[in-house]
Amino acid sequence: MSDVTLNAATANPEATPRSAPLTAVGPIAWARTNLFAGWLSTAVTLVCGYLIIRAVMGFVDWAFINAIWSVPVNANGVAQTQACRDLAGSGACWAVVTEKHRFMLFGTYPYEQHWRPALVCILFVALYIVSALKRFWNWTLIPIWAGTLTAIGVLMWGGVLGLPYVPQERWGGLPITLILATFGLAFAFPLSILVALGRRSNLPAIKVLCVLYVELIRGVPLISLLFMASVMFPLFLPEGMNIDKLLRAQIAIILFAGAYLAEVVRAGLQSLPKGQYEAADAMGLSYWQKTGFIILPQALRTVIPPLVNTFIGFFKDTSLVLIIGIFDLLTAGKTAIVEPAWQGFGIEVYVFVGLIYLVFCFAMSKYSAGLETDLNKHRRR
Amino acid sequence: MRPGPAGQGANGRDAVTATRRLNFLRLAGATAITAVLSLPALAQQPAAPSGTTIDAIRARGTLICGVNTGLAGFAQPDSQGVWRGFDADYCRAVAIALFNDASKVRFVPTTAQNRFTALQSGEVDMLSRNTTWTLSRDTSLGFDFTGINFYDGQGFMVKRSLGVNAARDLNGATICVQPGTTTEQNLTDWSRANNIRFQPVVIERLEEVVAAYVAGRCDAYTTDVSGLAATRSAQPRPADHVILPDVISKEPLGPLVRHGDQRFADLVRWVHFGLIGAEEFGITAANVEEATRTDARPEVQRMLGRNGDLGQMLGVDPAWMARIIRGLGNYGEIYARNLEPIGIPRGRNALWTTAGGLQYAPPFR
Amino acid sequence: MSDASVDPRFRRKPPRRPLRLSWSDERVRGIVYQVVVVALIGSVIYWLWSNTVHNLEVRRIATGFGFLQREAGLPIAEHLIPYDPTDTYLRALTVGVLNTLKVAVVGIVLATILGTIIGIARLSKNFLVSKIAAFYVEVIRDLPLLLQLLFWYTIMQGLPGPRQALNPVEGVFLSNRGLKLPWIIWEGAHTAALLACIAGIVLTWLYARQARAKQMADGQPRKIWPLAIALVIGLPILTWQAMGGPWDVDWPALRGFNFQGGTNMSPEFAALLIGLVTYTAGFIAEVVRAGILSVNSGQWEAAQALGLRHGSVLRLIVMPQALRVIIPPLTSNYLNLTKNSSLAVAIGYQDIVSIANTTLNQTGQAIEGIAIIMAVYLTISLSISLFMNWYNARIALVER
Repeated sequence: MSDVTLNAATANPEATPRSAPLTAVGPIAWARTNLFAGWLSTAVTLVCGYLIIRAVMGFVDWAFINAIWSVPVNANGVAQTQACRDLAGSGACWAVVTEKHRFMLFGTYPYEQHWRPALVCILFVALYIVSALKRFWNWTLIPIWAGTLTAIGVLMWGGVLGLPYVPQERWGGLPITLILATFGLAFAFPLSILVALGRRSNLPAIKVLCVLYVELIRGVPLISLLFMASVMFPLFLPEGMNIDKLLRAQIAIILFAGAYLAEVVRAGLQSLPKGQYEAADAMGLSYWQKTGFIILPQALRTVIPPLVNTFIGFFKDTSLVLIIGIFDLLTAGKTAIVEPAWQGFGIEVYVFVGLIYLVFCFAMSKYSAGLETDLNKHRRR
Repeated sequence: MRPGPAGQGANGRDAVTATRRLNFLRLAGATAITAVLSLPALAQQPAAPSGTTIDAIRARGTLICGVNTGLAGFAQPDSQGVWRGFDADYCRAVAIALFNDASKVRFVPTTAQNRFTALQSGEVDMLSRNTTWTLSRDTSLGFDFTGINFYDGQGFMVKRSLGVNAARDLNGATICVQPGTTTEQNLTDWSRANNIRFQPVVIERLEEVVAAYVAGRCDAYTTDVSGLAATRSAQPRPADHVILPDVISKEPLGPLVRHGDQRFADLVRWVHFGLIGAEEFGITAANVEEATRTDARPEVQRMLGRNGDLGQMLGVDPAWMARIIRGLGNYGEIYARNLEPIGIPRGRNALWTTAGGLQYAPPFR
Repeated sequence: MSDASVDPRFRRKPPRRPLRLSWSDERVRGIVYQVVVVALIGSVIYWLWSNTVHNLEVRRIATGFGFLQREAGLPIAEHLIPYDPTDTYLRALTVGVLNTLKVAVVGIVLATILGTIIGIARLSKNFLVSKIAAFYVEVIRDLPLLLQLLFWYTIMQGLPGPRQALNPVEGVFLSNRGLKLPWIIWEGAHTAALLACIAGIVLTWLYARQARAKQMADGQPRKIWPLAIALVIGLPILTWQAMGGPWDVDWPALRGFNFQGGTNMSPEFAALLIGLVTYTAGFIAEVVRAGILSVNSGQWEAAQALGLRHGSVLRLIVMPQALRVIIPPLTSNYLNLTKNSSLAVAIGYQDIVSIANTTLNQTGQAIEGIAIIMAVYLTISLSISLFMNWYNARIALVER
């Protein structure tokens, strides 16, 4: 690697330009430096290449060539899955996805109203895209989020504008995953800013409270918080008052996310040079003026990539509500295969559900990685 | 680092706007603090009206019913997301009695862990899911079981190729069991009583525990016999699996409600007895209309609301039972629709009057 | 900001102003804010607490930890200490804690090794290797861990049954009941040998420290390895021999339904371990890569100019610097692995969450059950944090 640059640097500038030899540029040269640089590298390349080809061929056989895409359904609504069982694992039974995809995506939401959660998913994706555009990185993002989240609430609940009311127990599938993750972020973010500021505050009582909150939450697994929300929380409230299970899980996720985001924000606050604080003080700005106009706008920009990564984490972690019986995407997928006719087709369902998670998380992580390089441009040499 | 747009704004404009904004912020902060402080006061008012459960359900307009998170035959959402099954139909029956509308019920999936808290805290009005009637649940958890709509018992299933004929042959075997329920304790009690050693595999979710058994991770799978039968019939070759004749426990299952509200408990109890009674009298969804008009038996006339005021005593419409049967059928029909297709025979749940089973309704008078 | 960088003239405290009872005094405002916040949070907690007490009374739910002494009656498949269903809940919970620790400790060690390898592979000059590593990291990190655990457990169950067990080497059986290995029958001599080995490690460490101190003083390098071998390997063997050198092997054999004898690694433990290790390794790989990249390329070039080989550059120059960047995020990955081990409940490995959950179900005492889970994880998390902070402080750049 360094040899090549060395040759280029010492080349005689007065020599007549001629094209490099075929072994130094083009695909052959690329292969020689990147694939067959030495006997060890060549051996590794051959072994890896063989394994990749084997794996890809096996997967194509299973997923496409031997796969069954649909099966007949008899008059009682029971699917005839014998054809799938005869495959005995040599091919995928995508029929389970064909038959159950709407249940997996939207859970027990009323069947004829499925366009509403579908629209909600589109709104969420649109919201993510808008938030990702740098053009919107200012205070206008707040009304956009508030508006979209309200619209999502209206669509999901209904009860106004001629939409029939749908109670929370009937929500399910992908919208639940998106709701838990996004509302979690939307409410945890302001909370985390307050906590991060509190942790850097010079008021001892507030500092201690914030440290306690962050360390306690970060020290325990999300599962235990969800159990708490599901089993203990009803005991905390006065008799006769109860909060919906979904909302309780949402509160647990907000508290959880708040503690993790607070640490991300705190890192951003710490990354600011002290001069910014001192200059703001010197200008006679009050604490809130200094924070709101000088510190946060700069600190929050630097933490966007880790923020996105944390969000990816929550997005995946929402799958844990499986354990307390809320029908998110993964739970809905697993409930779909409870029906006797479809028992034993778990792999197909996991692949389908996994693909959805992969698409969302991959897009976000690519975005965050791109952003990171973008923000770090000035640090490259 | 380029300062954000807000930062530029603050540098450029006069400080007056900023101060004004801050005053607003302070005001908003003060309002928020007042709101939070007054939250306990607000919350003290119970969200549900403090009358009886029936009044609360009527005021709400729907019955909230706790069911399993997904158990074939008992409570499980279908491809369109509609809850189907034996337990779900019991919820619908109560909803018909109250509202004359089977759709006025909300199903809340509950896990083995949170089902009791859900009922205690009022999150659900009744639990219609596989819950075994035990003394401690009836007393110290503060519940009332309203009857037994399904008699069950814990058994074992093994692969036929294993050559095991009785549970006592299972010494040294690996046994799959779900944790957190009476099943686990029954298993250890049984092994100690019979001096049998076993290796447990404890898996929480039904799908996984069945998959583990099918894959051969365990030699035997233990749960309620109904569950075993359902699992067996779902296998590609049911004949490869044997349910051992030994039943090691009694598992009487039934709907349960909160202790202390007898009116609602009575209603749920008599919905169950009504379904049994209807089967005894041979009244089905198909002939209930005709029976209401023409059946001459006095008890049938009282049950279907043509005579007497039984409905009024329960606080519901006189024709409550006729509507339930029209909508869902009698006990036998509900059973046949939900449980027989997945391989659970009537067995002990047959009528005492006709088939020598355990199901029996007190008289309607 | 370290104190050393501040001009000593500014370190004198400003003179204390007397406290004025006015809103414009910053300190008065600070006190008022704190009092308000503490009162607010205190009242919310008091409100929740009084509700809870009231509810527990009304619903006649038992409280207190008296149940810990009652008979548990729950079967546990894997236990590091002897356990029987007739034992108490306390012992059952202890078994759960030990199971959690077991998977966490083994997982952390393996994930670190695998993560480092993949992190370095991502920087490999071989295109295929670096792309495979990148693909691995991307896919592993974008799928929920729960999904991955379910996947691994499904794979484990695909192994043949005990009667068709794979038997690659005499005494080793691989089936869907787990991996069976022969194991020596443990006696007092083995315990003594283990203790001797630990003593040997401690002595070696002390000697190495002293040797380094001497080298600092006179510049003479001293050989450590001969003494290390003598202490770590020789000492235990001698102890073992002195106590009679017992060597009886317990060979696993198929008797009845299962293999008897030997030692076993269950499929549940294996699935959880593989899932946790591969998942966490994906994150550790990124941490390691970022750490190596954070070292200025001038360091590489300077080391190469000094004539060091590639491996030596990595080991002596780059890694010590990269570690400073690596350790803090590595700590949080260790913590995550430990906390993620709670997902064991989904695939039937009986860790503390699984056992506390069953306890909670059987006794109906939700608050105590969840308090136990939280206390256990907080203790483990704080211990890991403290240890890693200590290590981090040790390797941190010492600034003048």
